[in-house]
Amino acid sequence: MDLSVVILVEILYAVASLILISAGLAVVFGMMKVINLAHGEFMMMGGYATITAVNLGVNVFVAMLVIAPLIVGLIGLVVERLVIRHLYGRLVDTMLATWGLSLLFIGLATMIFGNTTTGISTPIQGFAVGSYQINGYNFFIILVAILLVAGLYLVLKTTRAGLIARGTMQGADMASALGYSPGRVYMATFFCGAALSGLAGAVIAPLVGLAPTSGGAYIAKAFITVIAGGPSLIAGLLSSAGLFGVVSQVFTFAFSNVIGEVALLVAAVILLRLLPQGVTGKLFKGRL
Amino acid sequence: MGGVQMGSGRDIAAILIVSALLMLLAPLVIGTYTLTLLVIYGMLALSLGLIWGFGGILCFGQAAFFGLGAYTYAIAAINIGESTLPMILAVLVPAGFALLLGAMMFYGRLTDVYLGVITLVVTLILFRFINSTAGPQYTIGTARLGGYNGIPGFQTLNVPGDPDAYIWGDAYFYVCAVALVLVALLVTWLLRSSFGRIALGIRENETRASLMGYDVAARKTVLFAIGAGIAGLAGALFANWAEIVTPALFSLGQSAEIIIWCIVGGLGTRFGPVLGAAGLAYLKFLLGQQSVLDNTLIMGAVLVIFVLFLPRGLVPAIAALWQRATRGRGRRAASLARRRRAEVPYG
Repeated sequence: MDLSVVILVEILYAVASLILISAGLAVVFGMMKVINLAHGEFMMMGGYATITAVNLGVNVFVAMLVIAPLIVGLIGLVVERLVIRHLYGRLVDTMLATWGLSLLFIGLATMIFGNTTTGISTPIQGFAVGSYQINGYNFFIILVAILLVAGLYLVLKTTRAGLIARGTMQGADMASALGYSPGRVYMATFFCGAALSGLAGAVIAPLVGLAPTSGGAYIAKAFITVIAGGPSLIAGLLSSAGLFGVVSQVFTFAFSNVIGEVALLVAAVILLRLLPQGVTGKLFKGRL
Repeated sequence: MGGVQMGSGRDIAAILIVSALLMLLAPLVIGTYTLTLLVIYGMLALSLGLIWGFGGILCFGQAAFFGLGAYTYAIAAINIGESTLPMILAVLVPAGFALLLGAMMFYGRLTDVYLGVITLVVTLILFRFINSTAGPQYTIGTARLGGYNGIPGFQTLNVPGDPDAYIWGDAYFYVCAVALVLVALLVTWLLRSSFGRIALGIRENETRASLMGYDVAARKTVLFAIGAGIAGLAGALFANWAEIVTPALFSLGQSAEIIIWCIVGGLGTRFGPVLGAAGLAYLKFLLGQQSVLDNTLIMGAVLVIFVLFLPRGLVPAIAALWQRATRGRGRRAASLARRRRAEVPYG
């Protein structure tokens, strides 16, 4: 009984963290068909922003939920204006340019923070379920993921900004004919995507040691979650994060951590072979 | 850089003369130890340049085949104790692996982003797997995989049939250089053959090629495997050069570098990637001797700048300038040259 509770929490946590680390990339890809391979580095910068802010005496939750997203969002804005803007519609070129950006940020972080691992302690205590210990912070991550998806849905579905964003996503030229500048919508979207990446990096920072290269650990997972999710933003994110989270946790429990990771990657390869347009390319078509 | 109108004989002669001159002159400027690495990287870049530049297959995981070649060589060399068969295996194993992977992808009609994801993911799987094999239970024959420590101490290249006659130092540089020339000739021949011309046709318009009756999936798979074989050979040569293989060979950083070499040198040319690899690897070597600027930062900046401002790469840009300077008297000549270049697959 205790074990099943622990496993359930772990699976929920795995799904939640996949949602969290993929959300920023999913927003940018879903809206603009831009794959931002510097996504992992945005997360890394979110982590560093949090740690720096905490070391300066800021409350850890303020640092994670406000400061990190804002700083990374602003960096994303600069990146969009300087680089991405020139490459819309050229999928492969944006991937290459953002891969270059990712290396550039790794180099910058190495120069500023040094090639060492830093970290902060988790702000929430763990507790025991029967004879097992559960990390209390896992619940915080699950909560953040739920709020994130709900917030995303509400913004896109109920607000005017969300309506404009969805309209631009469906037909940029039509939105432009109706008087909305796609360039500005894309700019705002990229800001939001970068801010979400920063948030994810910040929230995950207390769980992992942070090094300039730690973004690489996320980008592949986020990348495959988003691609396997397919064209629908939220339905795709939920379905592929759910699938991959369950697969990786089941294999982690049955075998080992590494096998879990490998199982996730293998599942992604098989899934893409069977459904090349992603899960929502075939199922849940036309949903948000 | 040769075009079809130059005739293949002259083109091959040009390759031979230029490479012979380089082999004679380059060691006077740069040490052969460094040069060997530049040559190996050149071959690795050529492998991606072939499948990406001429086949239109964007592989984010060319490092997987490079690493696979290096590991195959190391494991086989430990088990066999002689280097000839391991060298052959180091070409065949990555090629075979690519054949399977390519068949899975191309018969599934996967293209650009999805191809990128799968090759990237496969590279990561290999990286994760090899990294986790530190324990003593992971052995192939008598070779321990060694996890993140890699495999040191295998038999390095020897004269075929004589395991005690090691080839190293200057001699090894010439072996690598000759191997690169042979690969370049092979690529030249391949691109001139009907297989290569159809590969170009597929790159330009896949639907049209398939409507004309060509089996697009099979041809892409074979081209992918040939590229992987070349990368595997480069990997085996690298293993001999470094005398150790580590999981870093499979890393994302390595894959990124190969792509940067190709972009900087110029896609759709045979020599662009080679020059890009040698030039950037040498730049990295020089930069490694200072500590003001981080190496990764410069590589990243180079990639961003090239994608934004010079997406065709150096070699095509210089070739265009050269042609305009030599032939371009007036607009008509320039446009004629451009049109001719468009017909010609080589830069």
